[in-house]
Amino acid sequence: MQKLAFFSQGESGLVVELADKIDLAVNTMVHALSRLILAELGGLVDTVVPTYRSLLVIFDPLQINRETLQEKIAHIYQQARIDVATPAGGKIVVIPVLYGGEFGPDLEFVARHNNLTTEEVIAIHTAVSYRIFMMGFTPGFPYLGGMSERIAAPRLTTPRKEIPAGSVGIAGMQTGLYPQKSPGGWQLIGRTPLKVFDPDSAEPFLYQAGDLLRFNAITEVEYARIERAVSRGEYLPQIRNQAEVVQ
Amino acid sequence: MIRVIQPGLLTTVQDEGRGNYLAFGMPRAGFMDRYAARMANLLCGNPLAAAVLEMTIIGGSYCFESAARIAVCGAAMPLQLNGESTAAWSAVEVSAGDVLEIGAATTGCRAYLAVAGGLEVPLVMGSRSTYYRAGIGGFSGRALKSGDQLFCGVPGPFAAAPIQLPADWIPEYPSQVDIRVMTGPQAELFSSAGLNALLTSVYTVSNEADRMGYRLEGEKIEHLTGPDIVSDALTPGAIQVPGSGQPIVMMVDCGTTGGYAKIATVIGPDLAKVAQTKPQDSLRFVSCSDQEAVQALQQEMDRYRQVAEWAACGEVPAVAVNVASPEMPREVLQLQTQNPAMLPATRQVGRKLRLHIAGKSYEVEIEEVK
Repeated sequence: MQKLAFFSQGESGLVVELADKIDLAVNTMVHALSRLILAELGGLVDTVVPTYRSLLVIFDPLQINRETLQEKIAHIYQQARIDVATPAGGKIVVIPVLYGGEFGPDLEFVARHNNLTTEEVIAIHTAVSYRIFMMGFTPGFPYLGGMSERIAAPRLTTPRKEIPAGSVGIAGMQTGLYPQKSPGGWQLIGRTPLKVFDPDSAEPFLYQAGDLLRFNAITEVEYARIERAVSRGEYLPQIRNQAEVVQ
Repeated sequence: MIRVIQPGLLTTVQDEGRGNYLAFGMPRAGFMDRYAARMANLLCGNPLAAAVLEMTIIGGSYCFESAARIAVCGAAMPLQLNGESTAAWSAVEVSAGDVLEIGAATTGCRAYLAVAGGLEVPLVMGSRSTYYRAGIGGFSGRALKSGDQLFCGVPGPFAAAPIQLPADWIPEYPSQVDIRVMTGPQAELFSSAGLNALLTSVYTVSNEADRMGYRLEGEKIEHLTGPDIVSDALTPGAIQVPGSGQPIVMMVDCGTTGGYAKIATVIGPDLAKVAQTKPQDSLRFVSCSDQEAVQALQQEMDRYRQVAEWAACGEVPAVAVNVASPEMPREVLQLQTQNPAMLPATRQVGRKLRLHIAGKSYEVEIEEVK
């Protein structure tokens, strides 16, 4: 079991660090600890921000002092015996994607770059579930882990000024999707008709850090059907428990 | 209702921000200077967190379509109500059709206009704050334009007379400020020379200074091995140092994660001071302990409680009180006059004062010291 290190980030911020690397096992522990802190100290902390290998706990030092909070978190960590085998407890969210064509203008480049056919790139991209290590950069942007190096591709030399919301891309060893339109230098391989971030919804985000994303290739006809359902607010995203799916 | 005649340079609706979605990558947004914004709210009888207008460098002009109690706090921007000068840091009664003109800041950078009842824009993800980079919240997700009309909430009942904040509770916004920081969370990734540079030299605010962050220029801050870390959480106040060695103070619209080492963090009560600086102003960072930072926060909160009480009874005692922290020994408790003009009143023997310290009230009787 890794030892926790504590650092302050201002008088209201407590950084709880588990390690100093990007690692699936470490991140699994981060999310398990994050859930436990929220469940057991929910009334005492304002919020918890889980990241790759640490958590930021934001608290009101006039309600609980730093030393007490640290002790409580260390205690939770010890009691829970969180280790590599502890499941992160997240869900699997299926993201339907129309690959290639107008929505994935760089799919052919990614295929050529890796001596693959576009079908092979799609098959590799949809073959695994990706852990959301953390969210950041823009609202709802997932930092995903677990992409096969067989479909890795460099960033664009000149970033695009505007990438449409829902675009799915590859940058180096990472894959991800743009929840909102934004500038960006990722190789775009497809687009999802889902609105993964809707600020006006009671549940603004379709997924959270610790969850898994699974991309699923769809046809143009399916894309149009899902897009219509989403715009009417009638689309039910496919969400599964991690336990139901054998990786 | 308020009609925008001229919106100023950058005027947005802000409240305490949306702190509940940081884990989803949603920036907090909210007041840049929480002290001025909260005081404006308290002066017109609002809760601390009510939505206000945040005006940047130039205030603009606004027409009130109905009578209201208002307050403007923050940067020193000249105020004219129907062409006549009126006071900032003070509750002001306006009538239907009145026009408030708010000029350019002579000192400071941001001022806040609060209206009794608060500004009524839709709650988006639990907040009325504008995060204009993503077009979310506030008034249509953007800065105000001429002709915009903002609704106000229903004000609480206030029979009490409007009050003015004691003079020594009104901050000055000098062009060189001392900012208290707590070192960390990654101070150990910097050389002692690097840490020393941060804490002993003067940094100038560059032209890249906005609601997202303040890029500073000055003595280079040296890392031990390099600027990159495995990205972790960012918060307003965190000071990131990229490879250039020039620090960036994160502000309320900052992203929620970042990949540069954070040498130190501006304490909550002092972030307002950073928010009031402009390009070419200078900052000096002063190291501060966790205990001092918590004390400063306690003092800030005590002031809010005190002003809320004064606003409710419509009276500020003739003698303003420097609310001491509870840790302070009794004999250090100081009373200071808020206003030289009021001095004779304080000499009244037998006058009673009410003190508020850490949530408890004390009655103090003044006797002349012979």
